[in-house]
Amino acid sequence: MKAGTVNTASRRPRFNWLNDLWPWLCAASVALSLLMLGALLALLLVRGLGHFWPATLEEVTLRSGDTFAGHAVREVELPQQAGDERLYFTGNQDIEGARWRWVKIEEIAERAQPADLIRLERSPWGDFIGRLVAIEQDDQRWEGDAAWQRLTALLALPASQRQESQLLLTTVDGQTLRQPMASIVSAQAPNAMSWSQKTHVWGDGVWRFLSEGPRAANTDGGVWPAIFGTVLMVILMSVMVTPFGVLAAIYLNEIAHQGRLTRLVRIGVRNLAGVPSIVYGVFGLGVFVYGIGGSLDEWFFSDTLPSPTFGTGGLLWASLTLALLTLPVVIVATEEGLARIPEAQREGAVALGATRLEMLTRIVLPMAAPAMLTGVILAVARAAGEVAPLMLVGVAKLAPQMPIDGEFPYLHLERKFMHLGYHLFDTAFHGEDVQAAIPLVYATALLLVLIVLVLNLTAIFLRHYLGRQRGNEC
Amino acid sequence: MLAPLHSANTAQVPVAHFSSEHSCLSIDHLSLAYAGKEALRDLTLSVPRHRVTAFIGPSGCGKSTLLRAINRLHDLNETVTHSGKITLEGQNIHDPQTNVTELRRRVGMVFQTPNPFPMSIYENVAFGLRLQQRLPKRKRDDIIEWALTSAALWDEVKDRLHRSAWQLSGGQQQRLVIARTLAVQPDVLLLDEPASALDPISTLKIEELIRNLKSELTLVLVTHNMQQAARVSDYTAFLHQGELVEYGPTDQVFTNPRLQHTENYITGRIT
Repeated sequence: MKAGTVNTASRRPRFNWLNDLWPWLCAASVALSLLMLGALLALLLVRGLGHFWPATLEEVTLRSGDTFAGHAVREVELPQQAGDERLYFTGNQDIEGARWRWVKIEEIAERAQPADLIRLERSPWGDFIGRLVAIEQDDQRWEGDAAWQRLTALLALPASQRQESQLLLTTVDGQTLRQPMASIVSAQAPNAMSWSQKTHVWGDGVWRFLSEGPRAANTDGGVWPAIFGTVLMVILMSVMVTPFGVLAAIYLNEIAHQGRLTRLVRIGVRNLAGVPSIVYGVFGLGVFVYGIGGSLDEWFFSDTLPSPTFGTGGLLWASLTLALLTLPVVIVATEEGLARIPEAQREGAVALGATRLEMLTRIVLPMAAPAMLTGVILAVARAAGEVAPLMLVGVAKLAPQMPIDGEFPYLHLERKFMHLGYHLFDTAFHGEDVQAAIPLVYATALLLVLIVLVLNLTAIFLRHYLGRQRGNEC
Repeated sequence: MLAPLHSANTAQVPVAHFSSEHSCLSIDHLSLAYAGKEALRDLTLSVPRHRVTAFIGPSGCGKSTLLRAINRLHDLNETVTHSGKITLEGQNIHDPQTNVTELRRRVGMVFQTPNPFPMSIYENVAFGLRLQQRLPKRKRDDIIEWALTSAALWDEVKDRLHRSAWQLSGGQQQRLVIARTLAVQPDVLLLDEPASALDPISTLKIEELIRNLKSELTLVLVTHNMQQAARVSDYTAFLHQGELVEYGPTDQVFTNPRLQHTENYITGRIT
């Protein structure tokens, strides 16, 4: 027998679980991460966007003979085999005193979905669910189908022109109500709607969520001021942090003597990125708001004291605090980009008679631009999602004025602003109506994720565009 | 033409001395150290005008260091210290009155790996021009065409001047770098192993280019490749461990070296 044959026989592969399984372990980690991410997004999408879909209204008759109308929200199992309980949204807070009703499923005698049930969105008092009897204007009166057509026609008019009309409404248990037309925001009869109509209503709901201000202590209405505040704050923050971060990185990487001190500074900067954000909030409150803001008030706005102008939290201080918070991210990313540029490129420029500044501005900085943008992307992603420091330096539950308006100087840096992250927190924990807040929380969370995504995609696109322009694939 | 000079390794080192009207560049007792570690020791030689001078020697002998000293690239590294003198056309390059960027324009340099900038072919060649003065576009275009033609690249790239330089092949990139250097009309061209990263055909093109260019300017070539030094250079200097061992006309250094040490290196007995 040849030696080689003996060798292969003795080295017959034995089962070694680590050897055989490690790729699967790695793959499983990826799969798990993706699964969790997917679950997160799916939950936000379904719960957030589902809220705007016009739900089918039910007329429910209980064994006790009681009837009410509403749409089913969810079911909960009661302890000790006491059966299931279902939550209905019934609206009519002005008549019933509550908008929600828990019903034991075994007590339900009958459920029907009559096509003439309508849902009116009102301000104040929220939704009405019931039937439209008639519309009266002066001495005219519309009934039945004509009333519904009149209602849709009136809703298409601007609010000022529909003041005269009165709606005669009745709930399913027979109580009647006169509702002035001026208080109606929208009307729908979801049971009589086709799919395309429902989609239309859904799109309209999403649009109003995005474009309107909040109502009823943030438990209803839209989030436009919060979107605006978030984006404006992030843009201001980027404008502040980018030049500082880039200049600092250039100093550290290109100018400073690469000795122990520089190394120490570099380690310090890297560690700053790990400081809890609330600490930056405290710093911002102490230094920016009370320190600098207080002094500004004394010097320039002394006539309005003691009511503060800059000496209280505001857009400027919030952006500055977040700029400080994200500064290490920008510095580190830029520095890594600078360090990756081959020495040959710098020498090539210098050997052609470029000064150090010319080498930096014409060769090094353009080549490091994608890295700088990466830093800004990371900074934006972090800043857009940060809530804790903002609570100390200028975010408001409900800002009375937008930070940009038609009044000189148009951009009001001292104003408080709304922020999606804080809005989410406030809606979830400080609302009066927890049940109503739940879908809004999901929708706001989805929106926050989307905004961060859009900001990131913009930066990635920019980065790619810059790379393509120079013909390289970095 | 050759005069003996005393050196630290006790051997009589023949050094080419050219009268000042023939000498373009002269190096006088140059010593250089990286962070205290000596890289060049008491080096004296002069480079003739409109000739190709090759520096040969084993890795780490200091030939690239010497080359980089000539256009003061060592200024970028603060740990480098030197003594001695380098004069270019009679002017001390370390003189405080010497404008270092002007010096680098006059002494162009081509590196081992092609380093075109991440911009278009046109912009690469225009880079050095733009650093100096604002030229009318017509004039600039003419200089760029002339530089690319001198670097034997014009015919290959004239239809894609505005494409990225990084799409060229390695040999084309190296010729582009040479064109970029020629565009600022230097007096001296330093070539640091310009063909060592290239394929044989590209290498031949670069060598031909070097031979053609010597009518225009003075060339100094650092190479690992003995045949290349023999093919293209007029004078050859052999460096070993930071010292100049032998310097003379290439024919003489290769066919009849004065020192055993040089012969050993040329014939491959030491590397």
